Amino acid sequence: MTVGIVGYGGYVPKYRITPDNIGKVWGVDGTARGKGLGIQMKSIPSPDEDVITIAVTAARKAMKGCDVCPDDIGAIYVGSESHPYAVKPSATIVSEAIGAAPDLTAADFEFACKAGTAAIQTCMGLVTSDMVKYGMAIGADTSQGAPGDPLEYSASAGGAAFLIGKDNLIAEINHTVSYTTDTPDFWRREGQMYPKHAGRFTGEPAYFKHINACSHKLFQAMGTKPDDYQHAIFHQPNGKFPLRIGKSMGFGPDQMKYGLLTPIIGNTYSGAVPLGLTNVLDHAAPGDRIFVMAYGSGAGSDGFDITVKDSIDDYRTGDWCSLDCSNQDLIYLDYANYAKFRGKIKMGGV
Amino acid sequence: MEVARFWRENQSRYNMQGKKCGACDIVYFPPRDLCPKCRRESIGKMEKIKLSGKGVVISYTEVHDGLPAFSMQVPYTMAIIELEEGPRITGQIVDVEPGEIKIGTEVESVFRKLGQEGECGVIHYGYKFIPKP
Repeated sequence: MTVGIVGYGGYVPKYRITPDNIGKVWGVDGTARGKGLGIQMKSIPSPDEDVITIAVTAARKAMKGCDVCPDDIGAIYVGSESHPYAVKPSATIVSEAIGAAPDLTAADFEFACKAGTAAIQTCMGLVTSDMVKYGMAIGADTSQGAPGDPLEYSASAGGAAFLIGKDNLIAEINHTVSYTTDTPDFWRREGQMYPKHAGRFTGEPAYFKHINACSHKLFQAMGTKPDDYQHAIFHQPNGKFPLRIGKSMGFGPDQMKYGLLTPIIGNTYSGAVPLGLTNVLDHAAPGDRIFVMAYGSGAGSDGFDITVKDSIDDYRTGDWCSLDCSNQDLIYLDYANYAKFRGKIKMGGV
Repeated sequence: MEVARFWRENQSRYNMQGKKCGACDIVYFPPRDLCPKCRRESIGKMEKIKLSGKGVVISYTEVHDGLPAFSMQVPYTMAIIELEEGPRITGQIVDVEPGEIKIGTEVESVFRKLGQEGECGVIHYGYKFIPKP
């Protein structure tokens, strides 16, 4: 059963802070810390931006490039670990804001950094079973990092949306696999402002183990090897992990250059792999094959094998614009303004 | 009851949905049920219309002593914008540095948080504007 991407859009807020500015506040060599993480800067949401505004912006871009009536969208899922409401769905607001409500199902997903790809898988299932004509899957975050924590150098904001369907595909999803275990490498308890992580435990038994296992499942299922793909996208909590695991499997820097955005926007959590995929689709040629491997703490990996269709050239014309447009005219903030924007300054009774 | 009042206006705030008079073709935003020019002639002829969100700055001001709800955004820019379809509306222009906006600057709408009813209350969303990329 053919299923794939009909439209896509990405959005990253235009505010940035560099590791040097963060390090100065905490008595740390921020430049060295940034180099160690492979991060040159990270995005910051404006005070009037949250997961819902990012999701709506990305979803509208996804709809702009394709000739699909919003009424034909039968499902909308928003994956994030920073939904503005604990109870009240982000997805209902997105549904209204793109004109898809009321005849659809909608829900919010949470699986650390892979909630967006879980949403894609769910939409694939609904579309292939003919329960819906189109499904919208979104991964977005305004991720949290406690002041002074190593996460503060990477936790950023952004998101991407994918319209999943069977007709007028710009990229076909050939297959998807997952690998899931109970691994407590990173978590945030109910009501807590910032997440906790298990330090080095987040590496080998978590990120690397799950991505390795899921990747081998995908290679085995498709009968492929790294050389068969023009592009590879790995979850990117920093700029180093994806390059390390990609290299260990046999992927080269050229295959990973478009899918790795963390060095210039930081770790957008649920938005990370989806945004990497939008940037690859922005640059891919018809016929290109894409290897996608998401990871979410807690823990699990979702893998996708995707082939770009000829129609992508028509999709990327006119005033269409995916990710590049949201990365122009950047505004750099110092730590004081960053803290103000992120609500880290408590205002008492104001 | 702020929740219900904002909820009733969600369609126009989220999607810039206005009304067009079928008798004289004038577009109204926010939407009106009756055309003040055609009056009874417009009854039953007011059609919903989704505005493009594109327009031009007619006038603007930089707010340095803002409302408490906007204290994190000071200084911020408020402008009167003439939309492509004709209506002139007041809106905040975001993601700009002070001095960046001029009369005649082309803008387009974006979806942003308008405010919230305290830390525990409902969040209101709607249109603001950015300079046209």
